[in-house]
Amino acid sequence: MATVAPPPRRRTSQQWAAWAFLTPVTLYLVLFYAYPLYRNLDLSLRDYTVRSFVQGDAPFTGLANYATVLDDPTFGPALTHTVVFTAVCLALQYAIGLALAVFFHQNFRLSATLRALFLVPWLLPLIVSASTWSWLLNSDSGLVNAVLGAVGIDPVNWLTSPSWSLTSVIIANIWIGVPFNLVVLHSGLQSIPASLYEAAALDGANAWQRFWRITFPLLRPVSAVTLLLGLVYTLKVFDVIWIMTKGGPADSSTTFATWSYQLGFGNLVPAFGPGAAVGNLLVAAAVVFGLVYLRVQRKQART
Amino acid sequence: MTIIALNRPRRTWWKTAAGLLLTGIMLFPVYWMLNVSLTREQDMRASPPELFPAHPTFEGYRAVLDEQLPYLATSLLIGLGTVALTVALAAPAGYALAKLRPRGGGVLGFLFLVAQMIPGIIMAMGFYAIYLQLGLLQSVPGLIVADSTLAVPFAVLIFTAFMSGIPEELLQAARTDGAGLVRTFWSIVLPMSRNAVVTVSLFAFLWSWSDFVFAGTLVNGGPHEPITLGIYHYIGNNNQEWNAIMATAVVASLPAAVILVLAQRYVAAGVSAGAVKD
Repeated sequence: MATVAPPPRRRTSQQWAAWAFLTPVTLYLVLFYAYPLYRNLDLSLRDYTVRSFVQGDAPFTGLANYATVLDDPTFGPALTHTVVFTAVCLALQYAIGLALAVFFHQNFRLSATLRALFLVPWLLPLIVSASTWSWLLNSDSGLVNAVLGAVGIDPVNWLTSPSWSLTSVIIANIWIGVPFNLVVLHSGLQSIPASLYEAAALDGANAWQRFWRITFPLLRPVSAVTLLLGLVYTLKVFDVIWIMTKGGPADSSTTFATWSYQLGFGNLVPAFGPGAAVGNLLVAAAVVFGLVYLRVQRKQART
Repeated sequence: MTIIALNRPRRTWWKTAAGLLLTGIMLFPVYWMLNVSLTREQDMRASPPELFPAHPTFEGYRAVLDEQLPYLATSLLIGLGTVALTVALAAPAGYALAKLRPRGGGVLGFLFLVAQMIPGIIMAMGFYAIYLQLGLLQSVPGLIVADSTLAVPFAVLIFTAFMSGIPEELLQAARTDGAGLVRTFWSIVLPMSRNAVVTVSLFAFLWSWSDFVFAGTLVNGGPHEPITLGIYHYIGNNNQEWNAIMATAVVASLPAAVILVLAQRYVAAGVSAGAVKD
């Protein structure tokens, strides 16, 4: 970690000991992060078939897999869906999470207990959440369509119509992501001194003004971190979409994450090379935003 | 965390009511899962759907007992293995990073933060290629190692943050008494970091228990499949038995429920630890 004052002399023996403690985790990092990533890069640069995948003698083809992927008719829709999915999920998760955090920040009876219960959707295995939402949104027997029917709206084919599938997975993913935003923003709210609110109240500021003049500006560092972490997490969402729609129907809810899996594992004839290429584009995006996150966090740690 | 009572207790009952309502809306899908798990086969496609299980049946749960126990046992084994591996790797690393000031420690910490950002399916594809060559596909140890990558970066972060707070004087005193670094770590630092061990173990267990991506790519179709795949096959195979699917989902959610009830403060601490620095 970055230290401000230069540390006192570091003894050589302690250096050895320190790295002895770090050796297992360093080996682990190399073997189980760096090497899989390297293999993935290698996959994307060769022309793999099932046989050469096993034998490991696939010819090197440079960026041909990336060219294939860019030319693929799925590329445009997958890009749009990834951007829409990420942007809508982030915006709504953050807005709902913030509203709930402000609400639960007032200490009323049961507020702590109820706030803890809000964590449930985030703690559930994704397959559980996704299959529950699949049944809620089922065209014929789902509760959502029954409720819509009761108020006179025609049933919607949430998961089986190309115009609704993306909306459906977005709804489920927002439900899963709200608790994280709530908890992090709530802990951010607690570091805002109560005296500021008291002073503002004395000056006659109403609740709305207090939110926009005090809470929102002072929460900006926490908001930035929450949104950036959310961005990195949302970009890689795979389980929810795959379980609910498999990216379909007809690619209507395909994102880069599901497309990459579809190419590599979802077909009878796996296209490992293009699958890895799509995945690497996703890694590149995640790492870029990850570095932005680190910069923001480091800047905040200094001030 | 300090709690400042800004509001007088009276006049807040309507906030409690609103809070209850919001929580009810948020948790409604969870209730629905329970409701469907108890619904009879013939009522499943009733229109409108029954809001309460008026004729509760345990057929779904019987199906779980008959068919899903091996999956649950595998998940338990993999979860415990992941916890052990994660703590064994991350606790010494946290000690070194927090207290021993290794040269290059900053770079290592940075690499862990980056590692956390790599999408799971990319890791899965890399693991698949490697395991295929090593013959580790469809094996429990292979899945444990893969699942631990979900938790190790987070665990190193938590241990480092927590162990930084252990007073230097205490470690100094141990050294004066002649304890070596390993002894200091084992007898002082680790026992004092109990809370961090609990937090890390909870999340490592929960993440490996919930893992679907690694399970789906690395052990799919093998002899040892975790419960997430059990549910997934259920959805694929018998579309009709939704009470059995939802009963499995309820059982698969039990660890999350237990953890929330017994260890809520560790969870909240863990969620915010990654994002907010005190």
